[in-house]
Amino acid sequence: MGSYVPSTPEQQQEMLQALGLNSFRELFSVVPEEMYLEDGALNIPGGMSELEVIRKVSEMAGKNRVFSTVLRGAGAYDHYIPSIVKYIPAKEEFLTAYTPYQAEMSQGILQSIFEYQTMICELTGMDVSNASVYDGATAAAEAAAMCRDRKRRVTLISAAAHPDTIQTVKTYCYGTGDELRIVPAKDGKTDLQALKEMLTPEVASFYVQQPNFYGMIEDAQAIGELVHEAGAMYVMGCNPISLGLLKSPRECGADVAVGEGQPLGMPLSYGGPYLGFMCTTQKHMRKLPGRIVGETVDSKGERAYVLSLQAREQHIRREKASSNICSNQALCALTAGVYMATMGAEGIAQAAKQSMSKAHYLAKELCSIPGVSLKHEGEFFHEFLTLLPKAEEVLKALEQADILGGLPVDDGILWCATEKVSKAQLDKAVAIVKEVLA
Amino acid sequence: MKLIFEKSAAGHRCAILPPCDVEEVALPAELTREAAPKLPELNETEISRHYTELNKRVHGVNCGFYPLGSCTMKYNPRIDEETAALPGFTAVHPLAPAHTVEGCKEALDTAKAYLCEITGMDDMTFQPAAGAHGEFTGVMLIKQYHDARGDSKRRKIIVPDSAHGTNPATAAMCGYDVVNIPSAPNGCVDLEALKAVLGEDTAGLMLTNPNTVGIFDENILEITRLVHEAGGLCYYDGANLNAVMGVVRPGDMGFDCIHLNLHKTFATPHGGGGPGSGAVGCKAALAPYLPNKDGIRVRSFHGNFLVVIKALTYLLTLGKEGVPEAAKNAVLNANYLQSKIKGTFTPAFDRLCMHEFVLDLSGFKKETGVSALDVAKSLIDYGMHPPTMYFPLIVHEALMLEPTETESRDTLDEAAEIFRKLFELAKTDPDYMHAAPHNAQIGRPDEVRAARNPILRYSFE
Repeated sequence: MGSYVPSTPEQQQEMLQALGLNSFRELFSVVPEEMYLEDGALNIPGGMSELEVIRKVSEMAGKNRVFSTVLRGAGAYDHYIPSIVKYIPAKEEFLTAYTPYQAEMSQGILQSIFEYQTMICELTGMDVSNASVYDGATAAAEAAAMCRDRKRRVTLISAAAHPDTIQTVKTYCYGTGDELRIVPAKDGKTDLQALKEMLTPEVASFYVQQPNFYGMIEDAQAIGELVHEAGAMYVMGCNPISLGLLKSPRECGADVAVGEGQPLGMPLSYGGPYLGFMCTTQKHMRKLPGRIVGETVDSKGERAYVLSLQAREQHIRREKASSNICSNQALCALTAGVYMATMGAEGIAQAAKQSMSKAHYLAKELCSIPGVSLKHEGEFFHEFLTLLPKAEEVLKALEQADILGGLPVDDGILWCATEKVSKAQLDKAVAIVKEVLA
Repeated sequence: MKLIFEKSAAGHRCAILPPCDVEEVALPAELTREAAPKLPELNETEISRHYTELNKRVHGVNCGFYPLGSCTMKYNPRIDEETAALPGFTAVHPLAPAHTVEGCKEALDTAKAYLCEITGMDDMTFQPAAGAHGEFTGVMLIKQYHDARGDSKRRKIIVPDSAHGTNPATAAMCGYDVVNIPSAPNGCVDLEALKAVLGEDTAGLMLTNPNTVGIFDENILEITRLVHEAGGLCYYDGANLNAVMGVVRPGDMGFDCIHLNLHKTFATPHGGGGPGSGAVGCKAALAPYLPNKDGIRVRSFHGNFLVVIKALTYLLTLGKEGVPEAAKNAVLNANYLQSKIKGTFTPAFDRLCMHEFVLDLSGFKKETGVSALDVAKSLIDYGMHPPTMYFPLIVHEALMLEPTETESRDTLDEAAEIFRKLFELAKTDPDYMHAAPHNAQIGRPDEVRAARNPILRYSFE
């Protein structure tokens, strides 16, 4: 079996004796007899050597299909990850440290988070970012909670947001006993007329996803104006790569900007770990949940970084805290920081432009096949929904050619392209679809 | 050191993407952003050097002793990183068709089988991303259970005053009123105090066992029986499972649901604050309320999947013999270190502990003027990460030490020797300790200034 206990059995015996004990059972004498597990009572397989373990887990990994072309997004995006972005977060100190409670020996983590916060603020145009939360869906749920006050308790969310986000926000609302109302979508975008009618005085906030679940670009600025006219808070959930091109949430008038940070250098990984980014304006700074790193000076007057504004948090406020969150996704925030530094503003704009151009090329080519059409009219970013016959057969044929096709959604297929796919890969996929539908 | 923005130089860049090989499309001007984000401009060498410099200013478990109580800072095996980096896991889309992700399913099912057996639970979800997130999920199971039975009068969650701050915060997030009960002098549940608050309005009890002072509550069966008798459910905060895994099962103690910190007990790295995994297990009666398509969901997709792979790798390695061996040695190491320190600093509870113990420095502070904070900061000069400070709240001037099973006797002897030196130093040169650390990356930071005058991002000025 494997073990990471350095003490030999003899040393263990000596240590027990130093405590005046003869056995481990005596060490656990407080545990009542009826629940103490004798040696061997635990019903799991025996331990294994490192070589056996690597064989067994590799075998499991081998049972998954890794596609050479991924045309599926829907909340998890297959962007190119620069080599250095994989290596830096694997450094053992970054990897194995705890939350930076002791600033005097954690300046590296604290500074990396401070830099991450700055980069996220730059990308979104907002004033203040926290050190990150679990993922985009929980960021949306935390944002809804931070926008509620005594009078305004109702949360609105667009039906064109990611279904997992809607369900997560709904769960958090159920927790606190607050109401979530879903604003319908019309032609693949938030129905502005319905939104206007639903923005009643008890509404605390409205959440819109940009680009939305169907890939469509929402009229984010117009939405912001409606929300503010009604006195509610405006929360935007943004794809961070799209912000290389699209109007920033700040430019659209958002009070809180959140999003799924996975596209910033995190692999698909069957859904996690990912990164929830969350930022707001100066005005709402003290309502922001989660860890926040701030700059200060040390006893010698030198610049230093610390976990700041802790008076908001659960370990101080206990049941009066607005959230129970304590950890962040520090290593994922570091990954995103390295990604943004490596790509730079120009690189992220390039990734955005190429993803969008390739998605438009794919849409144009697919729609040149008789029977295939775009479900929605209007501007889209790097995802789009097609209506096409024989969807199941199309996806199966693509799969046989090592291509993960789009996601079946409602009555269509939701396709996605990133900068990672080449024209040749797209042409191959289109040829297969054409063949199936011929 | 300089911030990455201060190292930025116009025109420095990395060549990552090829030119676009399809016709470029542009967005209408009214949809495009006006100002480009001010991200740093650096060459790859500069990026590598910057982050390497930062990494040198981080203390990880691999650097040295890290007895941070309640956080289980055990060694993080390298093989766990290797398995979690297999492309067969990292390159898999979360919404890929089921027949193409059978390996993911097998990995999750295997991890679930191991962890259900270790905890005595019947079912489990890996959706929660952290301990506090697991608590939220677990208490939401309790809420759904009562709601499904139409039992709407159960509005209260009982939490001992020794609990982690997340427990009451979680109960509040789930819409419950929090009833704090005082602990008995030994930090365990005061049965009379518990009986006094139990009733028709009790939704449940949140408990850590061993508790936050490192003591196993001998009355645990009576406690869970009383809560069940009142119609409530029992929630096990798994933060301290490392003391008892493979030795006693929370399910056998009478708990109905539990969260695990895979990043503590099951050796996955903390990453400077995450990602972790707060897997939630429950008895069969609560299983219908675990996250599912039509019920609750606490985040997107399937949780922090790669963290589960790391924990699975660890479980496969340890197995039947290794899991209890780890717990027993965690407890042995804690008791050994406590006995070594006992001649100097005073344990809050003079008895056998479980995997961690708390020192009470209130007498010492009265005598020398040196506080728990001063001792903690002085430890940094010896390259040791300080213990958890000022927690639990029921002990004043608390330092909480959790050595874990992956430390050798030599390391524990050395640590005890450092504590002894500091104990002596406090008597001869308390001022030196008030000013500690002396050889760290920075001196003590001004936290009040950080809170009063928040600077939360670089200003580019």
